Formats: sequence, C-alpha cells, structure tokens
Amino acid sequence: MVPLAWYLMLSAALFAIGAVGVFVKSNIISTLLCLELMLNAANLAFVAFSAFQGTIEGQLFVILVMAVAAAEAGVGLAIVIALFRNRETLDVDESSLLKF
Amino acid sequence: MTFQQLLFIGFATLVLSGAISVVLLRNPLYGAFALITSFVGLSALYVLMGAQFIGAAQIVVYAGAIMMLFVFVIMLLNVRADEERAPRHRFLAWLAAPLALLFSLQVWLAVSGLKGDRAPSGETGTVERVGKNLMTRYLLPFELTSVLILLAVVGALHLAKREKE
Repeated sequence: MVPLAWYLMLSAALFAIGAVGVFVKSNIISTLLCLELMLNAANLAFVAFSAFQGTIEGQLFVILVMAVAAAEAGVGLAIVIALFRNRETLDVDESSLLKF
Repeated sequence: MTFQQLLFIGFATLVLSGAISVVLLRNPLYGAFALITSFVGLSALYVLMGAQFIGAAQIVVYAGAIMMLFVFVIMLLNVRADEERAPRHRFLAWLAAPLALLFSLQVWLAVSGLKGDRAPSGETGTVERVGKNLMTRYLLPFELTSVLILLAVVGALHLAKREKE
C-alpha cells in the first residue's frame, strides 16, 4: 500500500516546481504551462484525500478544476494571441505597461 | 516495498522529470510535450489510487484537449526558444537553497502528522459513482461549470478575433 504522505509530498514537489517555473520563465506560454502544473498538483492532493477518505467529493472537485483549467487555457491563449498580434513578442518582461 | 509502491515510485519519477523538464527546456514546444508526459504519469497515479474516471479524464481532457490547444498556439505563433539572458537579481539565487529547505521542512512537518492511513478501497472513483453524484447532489456546481465554459468561449473568441478596420 502506498501511504497518503507519498502522494502529498509528490503534490507539494509538483506545486513547488510549477511555482518556480512561473517566476523563472520569461516566455508567457511557458508561464501558462507551469500554471497547469500547479493546478495538477492541487488535483493530485484532491484525489489522494478523496481516495484515502473513501469519499467522492474530492474527485468531483477535480472535474470542476479541469473545467476551470480548460477555460483558463482558452482565455489565456487568446490573450497570448492578442498580445503577440500587438507586440510581436511573447516575452513577459516586454509587456510592462501596467508596471508601476 | 510492495509492487504498488514500486509503481508509485516509477510514475512519480515520470511526473517529476516531466515537470522539471517543463521548467528547464527553453523551447515552449518541448516544454508542452514534457508536460504531456507528466500528465500521463499523473493519470497512472490516479488509477493507482482507484480513481479510474479521473485518470481517464486526465488523459482525454488534459493531454488530449488542453495540451493540444497549447501546442496549436505554439505552432501557430511560431515561437522560438528563449534566448539566454543575464540574470538581473543575482542575490535572489542565494535565497533559493534556504527557501527550498524551509519549504521541504514545512511539507515534512505537515505530512508526518498524518494519522489513520486507510487503504484506498479501489472503488471510489468509478464512472458510476462519479456520475451519480455529479447528476444528483452536485448538479448545481456541474451546471455552473457549463456557464463558466460558455463565458470562456465567448471571451476567447472576443479576445482573439481580428479588429475590423
């Protein structure tokens, strides 16, 4: 039997890797990819708790998270396309108009 | 070390190596493919926990649909690999190791306090059970999700459409 702690540690590691990626990457598409990684870390924790508790709610939450991730990817990539059309670049450091 | 634990270690290695590759690879296209590898490993872990439906949805929705969208946009925009740049905040690199240590310590503290591990029954995540709950008790959130998706579709169409002169 695999202990619950193993899944949670993997989830934490996955989330940390995703968070580091969001901070480190300069390409906006890579940033979105790392965002998906963080969402999946949360999903893993949800499923682990759900399976080990014997309840179903965590897995239903994962389905909702997947729908949100799909919506996020759709809108995010539309923004990326609009950004690329206006600026001809995907570098997040180039789009700093809102930066104080 | 049981067979399940060996399986876990194998798939966890796949997931983590895919995730690390996403951060390390400079070309976003390769990063997307590495992420798909990571998702396949995650799906196997879900099945290992007895969440068969989530495991299948992970492959179909994530690896199939969402990542396809990413790969499509990357190829559409013809993204090149990022060029190497000089790091501007070199002092932040010194913070990385202590922060990573602190984070691991926190995770360890949180996880080591877990009590009462019950084995997954293996029947938690069947399509029948997920579907029944989704269509009865949790119908409202499920339907609200469709509104969210509709909003996302309209928003994405509006954002990505070409302005008319």
